[in-house]
Amino acid sequence: MIRFDKVGKRFGDVSVLRELDFHVGRGERVTLIGPSGSGKTTILRLLMTLERVTSGTIHVDGQCLSHMRRGDRQVPADERHLRQVRKKIGMVFQQFNLFPNMNVLRNITEAPVRALGVPREQAEDKAHELLKMVGLADKAHAHPSQLSGGQQQRVAIARALAMEPEVLLLDEVTSALDPELVSGVQNLLRDIAHQGNLTLLCVTHEMNFARDISHRVLMFDQGQIVEEGPPEQIFTEPAQQRTRDFLQAVLDA
Amino acid sequence: MITINPCSAELPGALGETMPFLCDGTVITLQSAIGGSVIAIAIALPVGLMATSRHRRARAVARVYMEFFRGTSVLVQLFWLFYAMPLLTGFQLDKIFAGVLALGLNLGAYGSEVVRGAVRAVPRGQREAAVALNFSPFQRMRYVVLPQAFVEMVPPMNNLLIELLKATSLLSAITVADLAYEGRLLVNSGSDQLIVFALLLVIYFLLSYLITLLMRFVERRAARVVGRERPRRRAARTVEAAR
Repeated sequence: MIRFDKVGKRFGDVSVLRELDFHVGRGERVTLIGPSGSGKTTILRLLMTLERVTSGTIHVDGQCLSHMRRGDRQVPADERHLRQVRKKIGMVFQQFNLFPNMNVLRNITEAPVRALGVPREQAEDKAHELLKMVGLADKAHAHPSQLSGGQQQRVAIARALAMEPEVLLLDEVTSALDPELVSGVQNLLRDIAHQGNLTLLCVTHEMNFARDISHRVLMFDQGQIVEEGPPEQIFTEPAQQRTRDFLQAVLDA
Repeated sequence: MITINPCSAELPGALGETMPFLCDGTVITLQSAIGGSVIAIAIALPVGLMATSRHRRARAVARVYMEFFRGTSVLVQLFWLFYAMPLLTGFQLDKIFAGVLALGLNLGAYGSEVVRGAVRAVPRGQREAAVALNFSPFQRMRYVVLPQAFVEMVPPMNNLLIELLKATSLLSAITVADLAYEGRLLVNSGSDQLIVFALLLVIYFLLSYLITLLMRFVERRAARVVGRERPRRRAARTVEAAR
């Protein structure tokens, strides 16, 4: 479903990703862990086309993200191509990023209506359904500023799902929440992960959450994969010293 | 209730002698201020957006316009439009139109800067969320960025509109019969200087206060759109009193 080939990403002189290769299967749930600055979030941002690769290629469902074919040449992707590949991908952000100029319902329906051309009524039915699923059926007409952080993040999750993505990217979705709100959002995501056949790519510092939802854990350091394996193995008997140090540091915190 | 027409020649003493003329001037001043604002805003929006564009050429055009019209005096621009242009092109603009155009071009340059600043002040996360939801670039601007930027634009625009109102007095330099012009005319023809100048002060102040009231209304409406209702003054005061 997702394939990285020799992906490099530099910001000025800083090399964030180096010759990164990895592959995520359809319906697979993968968690990225590692110290901050190791390039985890950059991977999500590259997939969401918020950043462009410096070198290498990324394919999603067989389509190249950064380039497109014109005749028999590869040329940099234009906006039309980007919108085509983005259709399959959704993202939930650390800071929620709900639109403050719209109420909850419009936050969820606006993109399906405007970007996909779904009739508004149909989009609203779907939005109510999603709000019920995230436990906020009564908040459709509330304003984002009237919601707690946890509620805002649930709306953001509903908003991403309303676009019916095949891949969902979760970027430290509970890091900005008050401690008592974390578990609610995690439980919701756990349910979503186990219900559907979404391909899930998740960056998190919550190791228990990572263990619960993922098939596979990738440990990153300095823009490269240090170790990968099923969560049981990574969290109980990591093979690499770097992984052990990192997990130790996280558990001590 | 007796209503008094402030523009009537029946008013007692110096008022009756001056107010009819000052009222005529006020109408011209208001007309040029409104005309100038319409042009300024019509310029500020597209140019301000161009200044935030990804395309270097669009940014360059916006930059040149903004720097040029901010960096030269309105009065000189007015002379160019009204006196120099006919010499160069053989085309004579109506004096009020030339005045309104100069004001619009000048304040439009400042307004562009306001629009640019407000658009850039919208948090990056908002744009990114809009990309993640697959809005087109136009839709991102129209449905996400601009409504939020608009709220930021209102208070500095209030300042600019008041600037513009006061700058209309420059139009008297090309013999537009605005408020300042009528005032000077009255003084030259023997009216009491102190009274005329005092009335000028009061009328300009009332007009700019009118603009402020109007813009406050717009500001409140806009703040409600993004759910950022300003705390009511009274509420703020009670909080302070409770301390």
